[in-house]
Amino acid sequence: MTTTHIYDALVIGGGGAGMRAAIELSDRVDTAVISKLYPTRSHTGAAQGGVCAALGNVEEDSPEWHAFDTVKGGDYLTDQPAAQLMAEEAIEAIYQLERWGLPFNRTPDGKIDQRRFGGHTANHGERPVKRACYAADRTGHMILQTLYQQCVKRDVRFFNEFYCLDLLRTQDGTTAGIVAYELATGELHIFRAASVIFATGGYGRMFRVTSNAHALTGDGPAVAYRRGIPLQDMEMFQFHPTGLARLGVLLSEAARGEGGIVLNRDGERFMERYAPTIKDLAPRDVVSRAIYQEIKEGRGAGPNADWAYLDISHLDPKVIEEKLPDITEFARVYLKVEPTKEPVPIQPTAHYAMGGIPTNTDGEVVTGAGEDVVPGLYAAGECACVSVHGANRLGTNSLLDLVVFGRRAGAAAAKHAGEASVPDVPPRPEEQTLGLLNGFLGRSRGENAASIRQELQDTMFDNAFVVRSDEGLAKQQDILAGLRERYDRVVIGDKGAVYNTDLMETVELGFLLDCADTLVAAARARTESRGAHFREDHPLRDDANWLTHSLAYRQDDGSVRLEAKPVKMGPYVPMERKY
Amino acid sequence: MATAAEVLNTSDSRRVGGSDHGPIPLTLRVRRFNPEVSDDSWWDEWTVECDPLDRLVEVLHQVKWHHDGTLSFRRSCAHGICGSDAMLINGRNQLACKVLAEDVAPKVTVEPIRGLSVLKDLIVDMDPFMEGFKSVLPFLINDAADPEKERHQSPRDRERYDDTTKCILCACCTTSCPVFWGDEEYVGPAAIVNAHRFIFDSRDEGGRERLQILSERTGVFRCRTTFNCTDACPRGIEVTKAIQEVKRAILFERF
Repeated sequence: MTTTHIYDALVIGGGGAGMRAAIELSDRVDTAVISKLYPTRSHTGAAQGGVCAALGNVEEDSPEWHAFDTVKGGDYLTDQPAAQLMAEEAIEAIYQLERWGLPFNRTPDGKIDQRRFGGHTANHGERPVKRACYAADRTGHMILQTLYQQCVKRDVRFFNEFYCLDLLRTQDGTTAGIVAYELATGELHIFRAASVIFATGGYGRMFRVTSNAHALTGDGPAVAYRRGIPLQDMEMFQFHPTGLARLGVLLSEAARGEGGIVLNRDGERFMERYAPTIKDLAPRDVVSRAIYQEIKEGRGAGPNADWAYLDISHLDPKVIEEKLPDITEFARVYLKVEPTKEPVPIQPTAHYAMGGIPTNTDGEVVTGAGEDVVPGLYAAGECACVSVHGANRLGTNSLLDLVVFGRRAGAAAAKHAGEASVPDVPPRPEEQTLGLLNGFLGRSRGENAASIRQELQDTMFDNAFVVRSDEGLAKQQDILAGLRERYDRVVIGDKGAVYNTDLMETVELGFLLDCADTLVAAARARTESRGAHFREDHPLRDDANWLTHSLAYRQDDGSVRLEAKPVKMGPYVPMERKY
Repeated sequence: MATAAEVLNTSDSRRVGGSDHGPIPLTLRVRRFNPEVSDDSWWDEWTVECDPLDRLVEVLHQVKWHHDGTLSFRRSCAHGICGSDAMLINGRNQLACKVLAEDVAPKVTVEPIRGLSVLKDLIVDMDPFMEGFKSVLPFLINDAADPEKERHQSPRDRERYDDTTKCILCACCTTSCPVFWGDEEYVGPAAIVNAHRFIFDSRDEGGRERLQILSERTGVFRCRTTFNCTDACPRGIEVTKAIQEVKRAILFERF
């Protein structure tokens, strides 16, 4: 049985970007949020260190410095007008969160307190600046809770534990709605709407070691990709230097912002050699590569010489307790290490997708080098690529991205939904989704999804992680083709209709495979090193050939077609990236 | 020279931290329920090999992925932040992602949290719990004109409600409360924690209204101070203390 719903606007995803958009929409048009989790379970809640804005509450700062840092941090793949806009709107966005009740830490005179974070500097790289507004090491949790509280206040309509499995478009490409699967009953629902905003988060679960939640499987990007929308800059995936060894659980950069340092086996503070000016507060790509280099040169820590250490044991225990309580607990619970007394084993962890569904600064989804707007379709947050993060996102810019561009996408979607009527959907709109699900449910013999998922995660970690090469990426393309073939014959154990998480995990694996295809294809094509994308066979940045975004399109036979798209430049001329 | 993969190809199977142990066997006993199979619940048992530091949620995954795909539970972040995987583990409400195999081996019993209808296996109906949360006006109420920048709040005023801002709505507290088990009208500890978070926030002006709601029959005076909630909270919130502070605020109109 299929139920049809009609709304003016839909938000797909109930995390920070989705709820920020929903707040903007719900006062103005009839809105529903489709979320595969209860909204407060979203991974925005796992963000720790802060959200930045040049408030200048603690020391002199300016949005222009923030924009510069963002562009330089992104290794000049950042669209400069978007970075300037974000840095300027950051200030009001933070005040807005505070007025909604977000419990920021405070300065002695009662203002929002600010602290240092990687890559954020005063006066174009002179020295680290205190720009990150924070609530202990639970900033994401507080943002998620505050936005949910505001949604409760506005009585926003949520469809919880509904999975978006398809995007509906009319013949001329106008957005008409989505198809969703209700986890509790196994029923399909057609949601018709004039505006659809994707805010589904990232896809870090394609890697074995990741800070990402199990839910982060690239649903929005994959669904859009299957319906003709390109994915931008997919090769740009951030590997955060301080994941808890073995598990990948994030240990916030705030630890270094508060004075923590990274050490090698010999206890050397090696970042002094790699980034002499800002040392441990260098951006994430720089620190992750430095850790890799230390390991490669035999100075890795741990029994297999493949970790580094994060040391906060020299910090005032009061600072640790007040400003870094959660990450301290993670080390205690999961590694049984006491961070106030000993260094914590770490390793780089797959953390954040800079790439995703291409949008302009109003969150409108755009295709092609000429940026043709897809009517009625929007994206915001990690699943989108504006692009403000370029080739490497600075810490605290992701929480900022989702409030600034979540709001903008919501406003644009509300305007469109107020002016446009809800398009008709094609006949039997659920057909493709039914075919997909019945394929899995109908087969009774074969391989299950778990082994394919494990192999995907292991091989992506081996061949498409911090350091890449043509050889490894070519190998990975073959591996992905093999995994795809096996996936098309996969069998699931649960044939039921009620809470069939087995079925949904299998669908999610398909989304991950799509995202991995585009990531590896774009990474192989980009024969240079820029930001998070490091090619040992092309170790230098190549602005003459590669100061360009990539767009990945799905072709009818399932293969990836790549296209270049110019970077929007501005006042900042690309220069060598030193810290 | 080692390749990137060899170098970073890590330690997944190796113990981090304490002394070195090989894999250990863990017997998992799970209370099952599937309305499409039977009206009654039943028990299933599996013994799996796992790393001593494996999280229980990953052991449940091992069973789901390699033994029985129908085993159903909620999970997402797997490190104690999202609040999805609250379960009754060896008789105590805990998050499955914060319990390590070596701390429960050789055998662990897992059941759904109590007081909410079981929908399938370890998945319960969270809607009544969320309705309780919503009933206490869990959002900042302040009708004054917006200041030009931020509202000011002293570090001391900020500290006053810090503990209750940590709530992740996992329901460990509420579903460990014997009063909640017996009276579904009771809003439960988590809702009171979230009311406390605003009542004691110096920026909020809705305290009186919330205290009115919580002074009703379904409110805070149903609490019998058993401290189950405080014991169960995976975020270390002093839940019972927060409830007592709300009670006092109602009695003495001081907050």
